[in-house]
Amino acid sequence: MLDFYRRLYRTIRPSSGDDEANPDDGGVRADGGVVTDGPAAEPPAEPDRDVTTRLKASLDRRFGSDFMESSVFWLPPFLLMGLFVYGAVIWNLLISLTDYQRFENAPDYSDLDFEMYTRALADSGFIDAAVNTLILLIAFTAGTLIVGLVLAILIDRGIRFENTFRTIYLLPMSLSFVVTAQFWLWIYNYNNGIANNLIGTFGLGPISWLGNQDIVLYAIIFALMWQFSGYAMVVYLAGLRAIPTEHYEAAKVDGASALKMYWRVIIPQLKGATISAAVVLMVFGMKAFDFLYSLVGGYRPPNGADILATKMVREAYANLNWAYGSAIAIVLFGMALSVIGPYLVYEYRRNNL
Amino acid sequence: MSDTEPRTDGGTMTTTARLRRTLDQTTVEDAGLYVVLIFAAAFYLVPIESGLVTSFKTGTAIIETAPFAPPGASGLTFEKWQAAIDALLRGMGNSLLYAVPATVISAFVGSVTAYGLTIPTWKQSYKAVVLMLIIAGIFIPYQAVLVPLTQFWSQWVQLTQTLSFVWALGVPDDYAGIIELVITHVAYGIPICTLLFRTYYKTMSDEMIESARLDGATLRRVYRRIVLPLSGPMFAVVLIYQFTQIWNDLLFTLVLVSTESSPAAPVVLILAGLGTSLEGQDFALRMAGAFFAALPTLAVYIFFGEEFAEGVAA
Repeated sequence: MLDFYRRLYRTIRPSSGDDEANPDDGGVRADGGVVTDGPAAEPPAEPDRDVTTRLKASLDRRFGSDFMESSVFWLPPFLLMGLFVYGAVIWNLLISLTDYQRFENAPDYSDLDFEMYTRALADSGFIDAAVNTLILLIAFTAGTLIVGLVLAILIDRGIRFENTFRTIYLLPMSLSFVVTAQFWLWIYNYNNGIANNLIGTFGLGPISWLGNQDIVLYAIIFALMWQFSGYAMVVYLAGLRAIPTEHYEAAKVDGASALKMYWRVIIPQLKGATISAAVVLMVFGMKAFDFLYSLVGGYRPPNGADILATKMVREAYANLNWAYGSAIAIVLFGMALSVIGPYLVYEYRRNNL
Repeated sequence: MSDTEPRTDGGTMTTTARLRRTLDQTTVEDAGLYVVLIFAAAFYLVPIESGLVTSFKTGTAIIETAPFAPPGASGLTFEKWQAAIDALLRGMGNSLLYAVPATVISAFVGSVTAYGLTIPTWKQSYKAVVLMLIIAGIFIPYQAVLVPLTQFWSQWVQLTQTLSFVWALGVPDDYAGIIELVITHVAYGIPICTLLFRTYYKTMSDEMIESARLDGATLRRVYRRIVLPLSGPMFAVVLIYQFTQIWNDLLFTLVLVSTESSPAAPVVLILAGLGTSLEGQDFALRMAGAFFAALPTLAVYIFFGEEFAEGVAA
């Protein structure tokens, strides 16, 4: 083993050995070899043992040899991100237990209760928004996955201009929700929009896509599917490319039809791609706030399309019910957690983290 | 073998077969496949195309021509683009002012974090905990942090006061919002940037790194001399992904800058309210504005489509 490293060392020495005597590295060098010329794996010179060195050594023993030295790299960003994400979520939870509202400068943390949550349960607007959120998440995710899978299978059949098609299908994803909302507002326009034009040729409609409470949510889901099915396609395409060709050929030798082959042999192998795409799509679905806000240019989405994300921001920033908004946010966070928690455990078990 | 026999059901094509194929071999079924693919392409392009032609139409042309038809000579106008550019240009500048620094900083920080969590050797189980906490941060609905974020910036870190010397120079103090946006986007961008770089660093050959370590090189030098120079392709992916995300985000700008009349208002914020008035909606203006605001991300997508696809697929 040692020999192997020596050989390697010799092969890379010209490129990495030229700046060995760099003074600013001296302090941390105590644990490794120090010499420039000569084989690398020499026992380290005993460093002077003051308190910090001993502390560092004991931490390294506990966590692994590079723990202290590497913490410079990941710890500050981790703390910054932890403060903004987990610190803020905990803070948000605290605020949701207060009665913070209107123009008070800061919440009063001395009197904590669950009043905002009981208020939410009694608020029919909240229940509607929660139901709409669930419908949107499930229908949008499932629909997008199916469209993406079909596109990926079609594109994977060895077509010409594959890159062109792929680029076109993924194009909407590069656009902002604010931008796509403008496009779809125009498509769903009652008098001049494409949607009514199209169904008009079949003798149907016109339909008030965004005005009819029973339709508007599905019209929005359709628009979101348009924007993100290209993403699902890219993920599935990567999954399909990872399946060995023999599987296709074996199925063909068995005389399976194309449909049967995909259903029985190929699709089951796309489980990993489906799970990760579904999680990401659900997160996009929860962020549909930007789309709904831009559709109307305000905090109040079309009737029948209110979701928790829009209701939370409206309660907090339009009605100034800060604590109530925080409580809704906690519910939304819980929903997200119930999806991503199991997902992270799954990825960890597969050693994919 | 599959390229010599006539294909009956497809799906058996291998890469080599794909390469060898010529137009002569196109069968009826292939033609059907292309028809489906072209219809799908139309589905993705029509909303964009219809927006583009509408942005050049006069008010009467909007009513008289089909939404996807070109305006025709009499209905053609550039007036709406003019108006949209007038309204949005300052917003473009403001957006660049926070999107560019936030993108660059978060990509660099993500690279450093991913390096610290991937290459050095320390206990895998502890690494996994840190990683899980970081990756979970990607999926947080931002609503769950909004009220504290407002509290933090408006009550705790009052940039409008602490940076008063900057405002004394004549910069409107609304620009505190831009600084807040940079820091906020960096903080929430760390998780995804770290994940993207980590997937890349995991595939890096450890032989070179291990021998350099054995050679006594510090982690800092390994990063600077070996890892960073090799990270170029991934930096392209991350920069493009982050830029698109930050440029397109509305929620944080809405909360931190708040009004579209503010001198520091980013382009998405102005666009969201553009073209609505008491007389009704000016669709041509909206479409022109939408296209103008999307120009930077469209340009990025057209020139770096591959990297964009890689970024979203990871």
